[in-house]
Amino acid sequence: MTLEFLVASAIGVLVAGGIYMVLRGRTFQVVLGLTLFSYAVNLFLFASGRLTVNAPPILSETATAYTDPLPQALVLTAIVITFGMTAFAVVLALRSFLETGSDQVDGDDAPSTPAHAASGETTPGPRA
Amino acid sequence: MSLIQHLAIAPVVIPALAAPFAVMVMRRKRTLGTAISLLSCAAMLIAALALLVQAGEGTIRTYALGNWPAPFGIVLVVDRLSAIMLTLAATVSLIALVHAVLTGADRKGWHFHPLFQFQMLGLNGAFLTGDLFNLFVFFEVLLIASYGLMLHGQGPARLKAGVQYVVVNIVGSSLFLIALGLLYALTGTLNMADMGLRVAALGPDDQGLLRVVALLLVSVFALKAAIAPLHLWLPRTYAVTTPAVAALFAIMTKVGVYSIIRVVPQIFGDGAGAAAWAPAPYLLPAAAITAIVGFAGVFVARSLSEQAAYAVIGSTGTLLIAVAGWQADTLTAAIYYLVHSTLAGAALFLVADVVARRRASFADTASAGPAFCQQQTVGLMFMAAAIAATGLPPLSGFIGKLLILESIVDTPGWQGAWGWAWGVILATTLIGVIGFARTGSAIFWKDIPPTDGAEPAVVSSADMVAPVITLALLAAWSIGAGAGTAYGAAAAGQILDSASAVRAVLGEP
Repeated sequence: MTLEFLVASAIGVLVAGGIYMVLRGRTFQVVLGLTLFSYAVNLFLFASGRLTVNAPPILSETATAYTDPLPQALVLTAIVITFGMTAFAVVLALRSFLETGSDQVDGDDAPSTPAHAASGETTPGPRA
Repeated sequence: MSLIQHLAIAPVVIPALAAPFAVMVMRRKRTLGTAISLLSCAAMLIAALALLVQAGEGTIRTYALGNWPAPFGIVLVVDRLSAIMLTLAATVSLIALVHAVLTGADRKGWHFHPLFQFQMLGLNGAFLTGDLFNLFVFFEVLLIASYGLMLHGQGPARLKAGVQYVVVNIVGSSLFLIALGLLYALTGTLNMADMGLRVAALGPDDQGLLRVVALLLVSVFALKAAIAPLHLWLPRTYAVTTPAVAALFAIMTKVGVYSIIRVVPQIFGDGAGAAAWAPAPYLLPAAAITAIVGFAGVFVARSLSEQAAYAVIGSTGTLLIAVAGWQADTLTAAIYYLVHSTLAGAALFLVADVVARRRASFADTASAGPAFCQQQTVGLMFMAAAIAATGLPPLSGFIGKLLILESIVDTPGWQGAWGWAWGVILATTLIGVIGFARTGSAIFWKDIPPTDGAEPAVVSSADMVAPVITLALLAAWSIGAGAGTAYGAAAAGQILDSASAVRAVLGEP
């Protein structure tokens, strides 16, 4: 019971953090959010075959119980895909910043609301 | 196994082989890379047509990859709906590719052709697969290729829209994985046909979770199909994309619609207990709002490509009103309209490009500019494309909308709702007509004198080939409406009879 609770709350915290970060305005934070979110998803997929401790995933003559091997294969695929996607998002965010001079996700040059200026965030200028 | 039995995998293998070859020869001989790409699209069309004929016989064919039997291995399933989608994808891809080559749009970057082929690999795979995780993988293949194609040609506007597009889709893919994980945890299988059987056998404790999965999965597909309120990524993305690519993207939103049509009856059909048809009640209001938002966008759009992007949203909404009925009649109308709306969306993007290439700095903005060459011909093409997109006679949009209106009247459980659906479809058509008339009259009827004696750019008429072919196909689709709806009706019957798919995939019980 405790193991399930730990894994479930870890996934929950990761998802909450990930969603909060994805909803932020700047690309770096969004990419971090995507990473957190994909960790959560990978953990979740892993847990979808039920949590089994000390059991082999492949056929063995001595084993009495098995853990489900399929989620492990699925997670491997998902990790590779999300890794590639995150790398692409990083490169794209960087390229977009260099070309437009803005690291806002919505592409606006400068945050026009005074609330942003008050929070102490500085707006990077274009690096031509 | 004879070669004909391997036909099912041809639409996946052809682009998978063509893409690396195109990468290899591109640097040395550009024309050879282009030829490989064109040949591959032509081969895909031939394979898809062969599958269309084969599927027309009525048997659902399966292809077990690596000869592992379902549900342990991945199977490709060819039924009538997949064959229709494959043919449509191959046709649109050939048109988009011809336009890209003729206008030189493919020369703005090195990897246009390989990315185009990978995009087709993802699309064809998504239409063929009978395995839910495999569907996710093909979604990712088509998405990552689409990121590259969307950014093709670069420029700040594309990069800005690209960041949003990529972020939205990565979040969407993560939600897809969560839904998949839940479904696997509940049923212990990933094969769609097997899943349908096991969902029916679930105990009462799991019914709530199953409902959550059904809604989550359909939400992910709704994001791909750009259904309101998940449509916000589309207009900006499609409006700034290279027009030839945008024409291909017209089929990408249809992948979402296809997945909804495929997954809901198969997994969450009559046997699914509390989750049976769980997404259905939400689909109609969402579809109606999508249609309204789309055509309202057509009304206020500032450029032709933006208008085309909103028309794609609007037509998806109209299409989903029919899908939401989940009856043989409504699905038949939906399948007919799906083919039409894909071609009409592609035609709009291509015509927008033809206009933009002739108006120099005015591009395709909906404002009066100096007279440009072949103004009348282009104007006629725009009118035909607009007629198709809004659904006026004589093109197939009219027949499609008529079929939808007719079919939803008798839908059981829609006594109060069909009036709303009628109102939305008819009102959005009117708004669309006015919107297209507004941009058309601004661009083609109002001329301002050219500034400081600048001659209008003379462009060869080669770029009109692709839009004219698309419009001819739309005309052919309205002439062939009888055959089209007959095939569509048979396809709808196959979709709703999930037991036949189970028999085909898992063998006789």
